[in-house]
Amino acid sequence: MAVALVLVLIVVGSVLFHLLSPWWWTPIASNWAYIDNTIIITFWITGIVFAAVVLFMAYCVFRFRHREGNRAFYEPENKRLESWLTIVTAVGVTALLVPGLFVWSRFVNVPSDATNVEVVAQQWQWSFRLPGKDGKLGTSDTRDVTADNPLGVIGGDPNGQDDVVVEAADLHLPVGKPVKMLLRSIDVLHDFYVPEFRAKMDMIPGSVTYFWFTPTRTGTFQVLCAELCGQGHPLMHGVVVVDTQQDYLAWLGQQQTFAQLSAPLQTGSADQAPGKTMASGLKIAAKLETVRAR
Amino acid sequence: MVDITPADGIPPAEVAEVELYHPHSWWTKYVFSQDAKVIAIQYSATATGIGLVALVLSWLMRLQLGFPGTFDFITPEAYYQFITMHGMIMVIYLLTALFLGGFGNYLIPLMVGARDMVFPYVNMLSYWIYLLAVLVLVSSFFAPGGPTGAGWTLYPPQAIMSGTPGGQDWGIILMLSSLILFIIGFTMGGLNYVVTVLQGRTRGMTMMRLPLTVWGIFTATVMALLAFPALFVASVMMLLDRVLGTSFFMPAISEMGEQLQHNGGSPILFQHLFWFFGHPEVYIVALPAFGIVSDLISTHARKNIFGYRMMVWAIVGIGALSFVVWAHHMYVSGMHPYFGFFFATTTLIIAIPTAIKVYNWVLTLWRGDIHLTIPMLFALAFIVTFVNGGLTGLFLGNVVVDVPLSDTMFVVAHFHMVMGVAPILVVFGAIYHWYPKVTGRMLNEALGRFHFWVTFLGAYLIFFPMHYLGLMGVPRRYAELTDMTIMTESAHHLNSFISIMAFIVGFAQMVFLFNLIWSIRHGREAGGNPWRATTLEWQTPQTPPAHGNFGKDLPIVYRWAYDYSVPGAKEDFIPQNIPGSFGPSKEPA
Amino acid sequence: MSVILVFLLAIAGFVGWWLSHQRLTAKPWLEQGLAGDFVALDRSALPTAKIGLGVFLAVVGCLFALFTSAYFMRMAVSDWQPLPLPRLLWFNTGVLVLSSIALQCASVAARRGQLDTVRLGLATAGLTALAFLVGQLMAWRQLTEDGYLLSSNPANSFFYLITGMHGLHIVGGLVGLGRTTAGAWNGARPERLRLGVELCAMYWHFLLFVWLAIFALLAGWAATFIDICRQLLT
Repeated sequence: MAVALVLVLIVVGSVLFHLLSPWWWTPIASNWAYIDNTIIITFWITGIVFAAVVLFMAYCVFRFRHREGNRAFYEPENKRLESWLTIVTAVGVTALLVPGLFVWSRFVNVPSDATNVEVVAQQWQWSFRLPGKDGKLGTSDTRDVTADNPLGVIGGDPNGQDDVVVEAADLHLPVGKPVKMLLRSIDVLHDFYVPEFRAKMDMIPGSVTYFWFTPTRTGTFQVLCAELCGQGHPLMHGVVVVDTQQDYLAWLGQQQTFAQLSAPLQTGSADQAPGKTMASGLKIAAKLETVRAR
Repeated sequence: MVDITPADGIPPAEVAEVELYHPHSWWTKYVFSQDAKVIAIQYSATATGIGLVALVLSWLMRLQLGFPGTFDFITPEAYYQFITMHGMIMVIYLLTALFLGGFGNYLIPLMVGARDMVFPYVNMLSYWIYLLAVLVLVSSFFAPGGPTGAGWTLYPPQAIMSGTPGGQDWGIILMLSSLILFIIGFTMGGLNYVVTVLQGRTRGMTMMRLPLTVWGIFTATVMALLAFPALFVASVMMLLDRVLGTSFFMPAISEMGEQLQHNGGSPILFQHLFWFFGHPEVYIVALPAFGIVSDLISTHARKNIFGYRMMVWAIVGIGALSFVVWAHHMYVSGMHPYFGFFFATTTLIIAIPTAIKVYNWVLTLWRGDIHLTIPMLFALAFIVTFVNGGLTGLFLGNVVVDVPLSDTMFVVAHFHMVMGVAPILVVFGAIYHWYPKVTGRMLNEALGRFHFWVTFLGAYLIFFPMHYLGLMGVPRRYAELTDMTIMTESAHHLNSFISIMAFIVGFAQMVFLFNLIWSIRHGREAGGNPWRATTLEWQTPQTPPAHGNFGKDLPIVYRWAYDYSVPGAKEDFIPQNIPGSFGPSKEPA
Repeated sequence: MSVILVFLLAIAGFVGWWLSHQRLTAKPWLEQGLAGDFVALDRSALPTAKIGLGVFLAVVGCLFALFTSAYFMRMAVSDWQPLPLPRLLWFNTGVLVLSSIALQCASVAARRGQLDTVRLGLATAGLTALAFLVGQLMAWRQLTEDGYLLSSNPANSFFYLITGMHGLHIVGGLVGLGRTTAGAWNGARPERLRLGVELCAMYWHFLLFVWLAIFALLAGWAATFIDICRQLLT
């Protein structure tokens, strides 16, 4: 009795929790409402199955619980019933899969008018690079990473000279324009994740991964790292600001290009020298301190 | 239609090739024993011991997540060491070892009607290598730098770099060595389980008369034998990368402004190898649970398992399919996006045989004679949590839905529900079910019911709400959830609630352990067959079964494992070794 | 991962063949009585130890198939520079073939009960296997001296790793061979000796096969072969 009641309560409680609890996804800020819709479809189908199975079980426990003199019905199998259940399940699974695959094919096919934006991750900060006037990003290599060239842009590549480099600062994007995020890491795996954009992808040292989206509303959004990348993983926050076109251009005008940054500086090398001699443990502690202070 | 009345004077079934080793001393009887039953208890005790360590680690993690900033000793470094060891211990050293080494060793010989495993000496070695693996693992807690904090997936490059706890110390080396040892030990045991099912079956025990428990463990072991080599290969290669500076998995890296010596390696290659093992591993844990729960439901509902043939086909089908779904763990890993189409499809196809199993369990309840014993309660709880966790698997298996949810608390909630809570509930049910056979006494009923309700409801309350944190976007493996715009005040409260529940559920396990120990002496006498079950382990002449299991003659099997409530039979069960024909001998119309 | 998938497909085919003989579509609740005697569904007539070894060899095969898969995947990265295989490997291959032949002779002799030939075969097999191991070590040394170090290129790393793994399996086999050989001299029961020799032969042939496969892999023929297959398919 109590068991059947508890099973019913579990179903009712779970459904009420789903409907009434304050914990739900953040308001969307990209074109990936398709993904949200697919999740809603999945919730409906799986919710119905969960409720049906558990309620059926509750009924069985209530109706067929042991009483003196009871004897179970003898039924080794029922082919018709099993075939029907298989078919219904297959239909349900197809109903989940087909919309999912359609949305996935949108997700992996980048529209041709998308602007490239490069994200470079390292323990534990985000940097960005935007193509300059030529619309092309210069090639890069982890081997070329130095204190003065934190993203490892290859100096000899003319395409790279006018690239806008945003080191460990906020990224701005214009609203309503599709962007292709080119993801790169110079040390370990990271994952560029903005909950409001829904999309995410791992970044792998040695290769360039990507995803695309169109920001659909202006605002300031927090970037999180979603792939364990060492002790500083939970501190690896960044900021993406989605601007109107004017605000975006104003911001862009203040940024420095690769050529400007790599011009010889007075300071720099002097600051870097002590870092080299530090033991790696101390270096990590120092790095965590700076990340935490930010 | 095959209906044979037994001829008189059937010779006793005897397996000549298995030469029983007879212990001569206390040491060879209880310590270096070659008796599968003793080895099973050794495996179970070791797995439980190391499992308790993992339980304490989970408490420490929940302290940090539920009450951030309150406990200074849980640094991010320590937190990552806790999650890594918790995950690895629970998945491999507890669940795999307990289901295959523990239940497999105890139940296979008894259920198939054998005197022992076919290679008892190798079986003994298997346990001692497993113990060594556990000791190496534990030693990493005391090594300089502590255990590895790379997450249980051990993804390179971070697993062997200095930004990760244990990455440039002993932690990762001990972890990988322990895994390699575990795999060697497991292969020894696994050979035994498989070959005993193939060759050790007593007379009349055809494959289609095996209880589903044996089918589950058998299939899981075959899968494990083929899947663990992938982890072995990955571990050896990573060990070389870490110790000898090769570049299997390590690309060119600029770490904290310093160029490392590696070049060209592929981190994705490791992920492929890891998940080629990792996904079958899920089913290596799940299939024995499926098998055992089928037998629990059938026995305690006094009804044959519904659709036995379909259940066997589903087990085999799931086992085969599970080798072509591994990359659904890698949808956002940066692998070629077109793989997503293939792996989403195979992943959702595997849902069909799994669903059939669930239907057959609940249809076994339909028109049964349900005794709400403690094993039955755990079986019911398993169905609830397994259905819940299986259905959230449909979210994560469907490639595009996985994009926002992957690497969030949704994933944590999903796999804890489906391969943490659900199999552990089966383990508990199985212990309440077979404890009388192992010790001759029943476990205490009142403590058992307390343990059941707290564990089931508590675990559900921990992991059901956790999905919604993931839906909000809260990433997993965050040592601190501070300064995050998505973390609302109420979400912090929810985390505190989950942590409190975790402590309550953990406490209930202490009650269970007390019950296990107390009942050895003080439990009610059980008799040989307290559940009135049909399978062979309940038909042994002594309880607990003596060395050699079945006395002078091995049993001869005349029927399948599920003759419950057969029309025409006097009792509501007919043991497998009882000759004679009862009930409908042809298809009911 | 295609190599391991092909390997598993072969295993799956074998398992499927075996399962198809277990009457999986029978309705066991209708078959009361000694069904097992009716259709030979009990255990196989093969000795249990052989079946055990067979299962183990499947696991070993799986291991090497996975190494091969990893090899091909890593090979696709541009920094791969194949290393010249020492000529000594050809000689080693010959020695290993000899070892296998010697064990085959021992196994035939054991069936006929010719104890002297069995002893001779076992001793030859053991010594040639040891010679193979020494030869492999010399090949390693030669490569190291020529500057092909373990960590300087992934092709080198794989060479040392795979040959080392194969060598370890030979060492393991030598333990078994040693026990059988001791039995041959200390008067083990003939049927026991015969089983032991047959098991050793089985293991040796398998390791020879694995060696030929990885030799082809390391020499680059396997990659060429796969390319040709791919061209034929497209």
